[in-house]
Amino acid sequence: MDVKQPVIEFDGATVTLGERTLWHDVDLRVLPGEFIAVLGPNGAGKSTLIKAILGLIPLSAGCIRVLGRTNQQGSTEVGYLPQRHAFDADTRIRGRDLVQLGLSGTRWGLPLPGLRRLWGGDRTARAEAKRVQEVIELVGAAAYADRAIGELSGGEQQRLLIAQALVTRPRVLLLDEPLDSLDLTSQQAVSALIHRVATEFDVAVLLVAHDVNAILPYLDRVLYIARGQTVLGTPHEVMSEETLSHLYDTPIEVLHTRDGRIVVVGQPEGVAYHAHDHDH
Amino acid sequence: MTMITSALTLLLQPSWNPIETLRLLLEYHFMQNAFLAGTLIALLAGPVGYFMVLRGQSFLGHALSHVGFAGAAGAVWLGISPVVGLLIFGALAALGIGALGERGGRLSVESDIAIGTVLVFSLSLGLLFIRLASSYAANIYAFLFGTVLGIRDRDVAIIAVMAVLGLLVLAVIARPLLFVSVDPAVAAARGVPVRLLAYAFLLLLALSVAVAVQVIGVLLIFALLVTPAATAQQLTTRPAVAIAISTSLALIVIWLGLAVAYFTDYPVGFVVTTIAFAFYLIARARRGWRANAWRPARMARAGGAR
Repeated sequence: MDVKQPVIEFDGATVTLGERTLWHDVDLRVLPGEFIAVLGPNGAGKSTLIKAILGLIPLSAGCIRVLGRTNQQGSTEVGYLPQRHAFDADTRIRGRDLVQLGLSGTRWGLPLPGLRRLWGGDRTARAEAKRVQEVIELVGAAAYADRAIGELSGGEQQRLLIAQALVTRPRVLLLDEPLDSLDLTSQQAVSALIHRVATEFDVAVLLVAHDVNAILPYLDRVLYIARGQTVLGTPHEVMSEETLSHLYDTPIEVLHTRDGRIVVVGQPEGVAYHAHDHDH
Repeated sequence: MTMITSALTLLLQPSWNPIETLRLLLEYHFMQNAFLAGTLIALLAGPVGYFMVLRGQSFLGHALSHVGFAGAAGAVWLGISPVVGLLIFGALAALGIGALGERGGRLSVESDIAIGTVLVFSLSLGLLFIRLASSYAANIYAFLFGTVLGIRDRDVAIIAVMAVLGLLVLAVIARPLLFVSVDPAVAAARGVPVRLLAYAFLLLLALSVAVAVQVIGVLLIFALLVTPAATAQQLTTRPAVAIAISTSLALIVIWLGLAVAYFTDYPVGFVVTTIAFAFYLIARARRGWRANAWRPARMARAGGAR
């Protein structure tokens, strides 16, 4: 078998918003099935990195290729879960409909139940309903997929959103802080789910996180963004006192707790205890 | 005029035979027109109202109805058809609110300040136009509370064209609009034109308001646009079913309203609004009761999961 082609390639990518250069000269190759965490302090440009991959934010220099193409906007091969607050409690729409929208939400016109049989639309509809059920079961949301999304807990909503991102069978999954606002148990369960998706379906995952610990056991690599620069490497290469002190240009302490957790102390934005941060 | 109406109502009694009642209801041409116009409006207001409530833009719909007031008054002053005024003003206000409410490349039409500003300005414009037109109080009353019994054949034709046009546009954009309404960030990433849809829906809402105002009036428009849709969302979480319920409720409400108003002396707007409100209360009570009935089971499950 030949060498795997990278699904995401950054070549000297630079993003400038107004006067401020968020990050510059980023080189990155993401292989299929890789699980990469994007870490860094608030405002470092983590979400911007995800949006740049999606083609929603223009680069000021360099280029980003996704699956070999530079303009990837609107592709079904890229699943996206934006940074968000929970759905409004009054959102009266089922989780199943939310997942279904991942498939049919980009189509214009309405299928007419009687007429669509003429061009095989009913077969498509059945295949889609089956696919929706499949991803709902994959993320373990079958028990509550038919309830209003607003009534569900944060973890349940997050699972359904991951199902929506997966419904088109993407080869790249971009997740912007999917673990934020989840309790510890849900964080671990959702992390395990993402890991399973990455390995089972060979999907490359880029996950923006504040806390590396929930995903630490599953990570292949870490991309750390701070002060306009990036460091890429294995979790233990990047989350070291040497690397982070160099990146921040100030002494950083990295503590390893007995249960294998990593705590970073002394980041310029203040103490960021990575297991639990309430700094925003 | 009122004496004649009272005399008429004395003669008109609904029969226990539904066919006979229907015959009585549709005996006069003005009632045929009222039913036709009301039906068309309900068919449009039901689905559009669903999206309006889903998008949390009820206040926007409210503002557009007040803009309609200015438009209709302006049209009377200029001596053109009120429908034309309603449409032009509604479209301009929809685009204006869209532009004022836009922040950083994204449309936040729910921006209450922009809406409130346009609302109050158009009310004052309406006042000015009425003064300029030295219009009869009856005209103003008609804009505010509807003119259901004075709908002419030409009005019905215009309403029909507008309703069909509105429904066609909605059918084309329905699924991307649902996507954008529920999950704008993901929809944008998937290439759905968020801004275009936001403006398209604003114009569609303005069109629906312009159509509905003619029958139900500026002040009572919520009875057709908001209440049936809100009731439907209390009853179901399935979009297609909710749209069907919303439309059916709008139809039932307008038909019952017209019938009751015909056989009694109550104004159409009052009857329509009251029936719609009653449906909403029942739906709320039903959901509240069911939520209470479920609570022990849900708590037990949540406890087990943690």
